[in-house]
Amino acid sequence: MSGAIGQHRWQRFSVQQRLARFTAYLSAVAAVVWAARSVEIIPEFLADAPAQTADLFRRMWPFDWSYYGREVHAALIETIHIATLGTLLAIAFAVPIALLAARNITPSKTLNLIATFVLVATRSINTLLWALLFVAIFGPGALAGMLAIGFHSIGFVGKLLAEALEETPRAPIDALRATGAPPASILSKGYWPAVEPSFWGIALLRWDINIRESAVLGLVGGGGIGMALDTAQNNLYWDQVGLVLAVIFAVVIVTEIITSTIRERLI
Amino acid sequence: MNLAISAATMAIDRSLVIRHLYKEYTVGKPILRDVSLEIGGRGITAIIGPSGAGKSTLIRCVNGLAPATRGEIIFHGEDITKLSGKRLREMRRRIGMVHQEYSLVERLSVMENLLTGRLGYVPAWRAWLRKFPESDVAHAYTLLEAIGLEDFANRRADQLSGGQRQRVGIARALMQEPDLLLADEPTSSLDPKTAVEIIELLATLAASRDIPAIINIHNVDLAKRFASRIVGMAKGAIVFDGPPSALEDKHLGEIYGGQSWLE
Repeated sequence: MSGAIGQHRWQRFSVQQRLARFTAYLSAVAAVVWAARSVEIIPEFLADAPAQTADLFRRMWPFDWSYYGREVHAALIETIHIATLGTLLAIAFAVPIALLAARNITPSKTLNLIATFVLVATRSINTLLWALLFVAIFGPGALAGMLAIGFHSIGFVGKLLAEALEETPRAPIDALRATGAPPASILSKGYWPAVEPSFWGIALLRWDINIRESAVLGLVGGGGIGMALDTAQNNLYWDQVGLVLAVIFAVVIVTEIITSTIRERLI
Repeated sequence: MNLAISAATMAIDRSLVIRHLYKEYTVGKPILRDVSLEIGGRGITAIIGPSGAGKSTLIRCVNGLAPATRGEIIFHGEDITKLSGKRLREMRRRIGMVHQEYSLVERLSVMENLLTGRLGYVPAWRAWLRKFPESDVAHAYTLLEAIGLEDFANRRADQLSGGQRQRVGIARALMQEPDLLLADEPTSSLDPKTAVEIIELLATLAASRDIPAIINIHNVDLAKRFASRIVGMAKGAIVFDGPPSALEDKHLGEIYGGQSWLE
């Protein structure tokens, strides 16, 4: 009998492995404790928080509906314009950079690297930082906001598009090369049909994100509905702040519904 | 004028000469070793051999998809191995190719896939705007009829069956009005009945246009049935070259290795 009790001792991990796992758990707990200590929670403020929150909501309701017609509506439209034009600007820059970044289209490693660097660099700078930069150059307003949205989105659109291009099957491309097609025709008849659904999906997703991002651009002078929010907050008109927040929430939901409906049809 | 052009076309020599061709993907590991082959201006030449014998590589060297390492490939009086850029593209459009897994552009319609056969002739901007010359569209409809898919012009390629896709693949190659047809395992992903139909279609269409064809094929019976000449390859070299009637079991043993599978 090879299966007698006590004959085999089975353990999933060796002693060293168990020690290593215990150390990893201990470090994780230590890291959380350390982080929590650096947050410096003030007990009095924490105890007071529910009352403060309730007070804030009481000041917000009822909304100052007249503020919508006076300020919010125009700012809202501007926000949507900023997001849309910013997304178009991003696509215009991202397409050529994505073509340079895709290794199957641009065989030069140096160009791939430069393009990838541009994509990473634009993406790693937050929209609000781009906005501060463009407000300094062009002054406050929608133009600075649009450029901020556009430049931050280049990395997102370009990276995803480059990945879609690299996933294009090789065989149909070879078939087009075999017909003697010039590179431009191989792009338009081989690569473009393959990445078209991804392209529209990426563009819609980015537009959706940009609507949300452009809602806060006004806080740093980038135009749009954030300007109205900033003004109301500075004046301590909480009934106006409440209205703006509700409008932003509604717009985000509506764009979410629009983009997800279109995306479903694309695939 | 038209008569003059067709007379000139008739006069073009459609033969292919391959001399001492070597192909290495990794230095020191040749896939093709000293392949020399003369293909006359007509008829079907079948290349048989086991996987990895270099059949695909040989065909891809002919149209430059796989650049040759050494040797010459002479077609239309030019050495294809020396061509690049625009001159290589001009050579490629004279050589039609039918691919293993159909290699259609899946999301384009059947008609658009046929018209991609004209991309070597039509400027890129016209192709982008779908403004193909009327003669190309007319030619495409004629070919659709010839392959029995006249009702499928606006169907997307990914909605077709394997056999239908390969018919489109053949029509796309013929859209180029080629002087040479290459086919790389055109039946490998088809059922036996469809495979016969596809080779038959390929043979008929090539013969009616007087285009010589080189077909890589696994199926020895199909090769014997439709080809006028059989070339056997093993380990990157030609080990048999002759008419189907001359192909005996001892040759097959030499091409594929071993004897037991032949019994």
